[in-house]
Amino acid sequence: MKNNSIVKSISKNKTLLLMLMPAVIHVFIFSYLPMGGIVMAFKQFKYQLGIFKSPWVGFNNFRFFFLSGQAITVTRNTILYNLAFLVVNTSLEVIFAVILSEISAKHFKKIAQSIMFLPHFVSWVIVASIAYNIFNYETGVLNNLLISLGLEPVNIYAKPAAWKYILVAFKAWKSVGYGTVVYLASIVSIDNELYEAAEIDGANIFQRIRHITIPCLVPTMTILILLAIGQVFRGDFGLFYQLVGNNGLLFDATDIIDTFVFRSLMQSSEVGMAAAAGLYQSIMCFITIMITNYIVKKVQSDYALF
Amino acid sequence: MSSKNKSYDKVIFNIIGYPLISIFAIFCLIPFVMIISSSFTSEEYIIKYGYSIIPRQFSLESYRLTLQNPVAILRAYGVTILVTVIGTALGVFINAMTGYVLQRKDFRWRNIFSFYFFFTTLFSGGLVPWYILCVKYLHLKDSFFALFVPSLVSVWNILLSKGFMKGIPFEITESAKIDGAGDFTVFCKLIIPLSKPLLATIGLFTALSYWNDWFYCMMFISNEKLYTLQYFLHRLLASVRAIRTIMEQSGMDIPTLPVESMKMSLTVIVTGPIIFLYPFVQKYFVKGLTLGAVKG
Repeated sequence: MKNNSIVKSISKNKTLLLMLMPAVIHVFIFSYLPMGGIVMAFKQFKYQLGIFKSPWVGFNNFRFFFLSGQAITVTRNTILYNLAFLVVNTSLEVIFAVILSEISAKHFKKIAQSIMFLPHFVSWVIVASIAYNIFNYETGVLNNLLISLGLEPVNIYAKPAAWKYILVAFKAWKSVGYGTVVYLASIVSIDNELYEAAEIDGANIFQRIRHITIPCLVPTMTILILLAIGQVFRGDFGLFYQLVGNNGLLFDATDIIDTFVFRSLMQSSEVGMAAAAGLYQSIMCFITIMITNYIVKKVQSDYALF
Repeated sequence: MSSKNKSYDKVIFNIIGYPLISIFAIFCLIPFVMIISSSFTSEEYIIKYGYSIIPRQFSLESYRLTLQNPVAILRAYGVTILVTVIGTALGVFINAMTGYVLQRKDFRWRNIFSFYFFFTTLFSGGLVPWYILCVKYLHLKDSFFALFVPSLVSVWNILLSKGFMKGIPFEITESAKIDGAGDFTVFCKLIIPLSKPLLATIGLFTALSYWNDWFYCMMFISNEKLYTLQYFLHRLLASVRAIRTIMEQSGMDIPTLPVESMKMSLTVIVTGPIIFLYPFVQKYFVKGLTLGAVKG
């Protein structure tokens, strides 16, 4: 009987199911099949033999990844950079959105917003070109400036310590405009009556921001921060790969899990270890998302992601 | 809002606010000015005095040299445009259609399928199995399809479509079906025209990500004829070897290459269309962000 009803349902929903098929098949091939491929993390991958015929090596790939010390470095870098991005970008985005929402000069507001949003539209390749333009030892703007001030030129590409700030700065440069627009949109949707009432009560501009705008932004902020925390183990490959490239001098300060996996796979052909590092990352991501979501559900279930 | 006797707080706010915004906006703009001005500066000047923000010693030399042998650049342009157009058209259609089915109240398995898609955002097999699958089993190495097929479906765009189409009254679908229209016809003839803001937004986001893509090209393409613009530029920036190839083709002496200014003129050529289109499409992006914000 039950079988019969499923068959009936299928034939009734035939067109809808067919319409789903392209995406279902695509996701199956490009997302679910690779999940099966995580067995590679436990194998010594030989290209000729393929995934299934390559010999098992147990936890050797993981052992290599962790004992070499690489795991700690790249995990630390990935997490710290993501947290730095989150703190710096969120603060700037909220501050700029609040200012823009209170500014009365329409043209200034529009032009400023357009310019701030512009970096979002260029690729990391272009950003790398810009960075090179600034930091290049022989012809860069920075060294020009230093020389004209009578100071010694610096070779930034050999100074790992400087890159912590450079990477955070470029990340902010590229994404703060975008985030500002998101927060601005959520400020615009705040009920105007609140502000009118506050004005009648004699609240000044700072009190309005402090007691109306900021509290109204908290839900959006919470969701965006949670999304970011859920992705804290996933680095921005484009940023790190394009700006740092294969400059080994900087790896200690700039290597993240994503760039490490990429290099192990494409350049040093340590496929097994790359797969192990990738699996480690996926599992850590999954755990963080689950924990974050669980805590949010307990504290304030409205903000839970799922 | 604009009372004539401005109170203190407003003045203080403006004194802090305007400069802060202005400084950040200038920071956002300066690199673009720098690239454009160095692309118009002669090579000798750059070598001697370095890059500068204001163009000095105006010269079109680097553009002339970059475009002297335009075959490679034009081909990269062609590949990029083709990838962007096909990828965007297919991607938007598939994602919107999927979103439509997933929000249909009368579709029995909508929750199961929604989870099927959503789960992929929680867990993934990682780069390595994905890459080996694409290269060894799907034979995407050096294939044109590698540039757009792997990224066709975007779960984020599916969810966005689903949220938007929930706002379209179900009665429209229902009454059309009573009149004998099939689900696919309803989607194409009724839902698509009603979803124009959504399609414009996800279309632009998708097009931008295809236009700016270098990752898929880097992973899969070694045949120079299939290079996309961004990857072409990446190669040029990353290694002088790429320049040598172009220059050898045009039979020039290597040491006199205007490498520095050429990098910049190529950067301008690659970014140009986006900067040019930016004022026209910007409002759709802003709208799209709001679309996503409303959905929550």
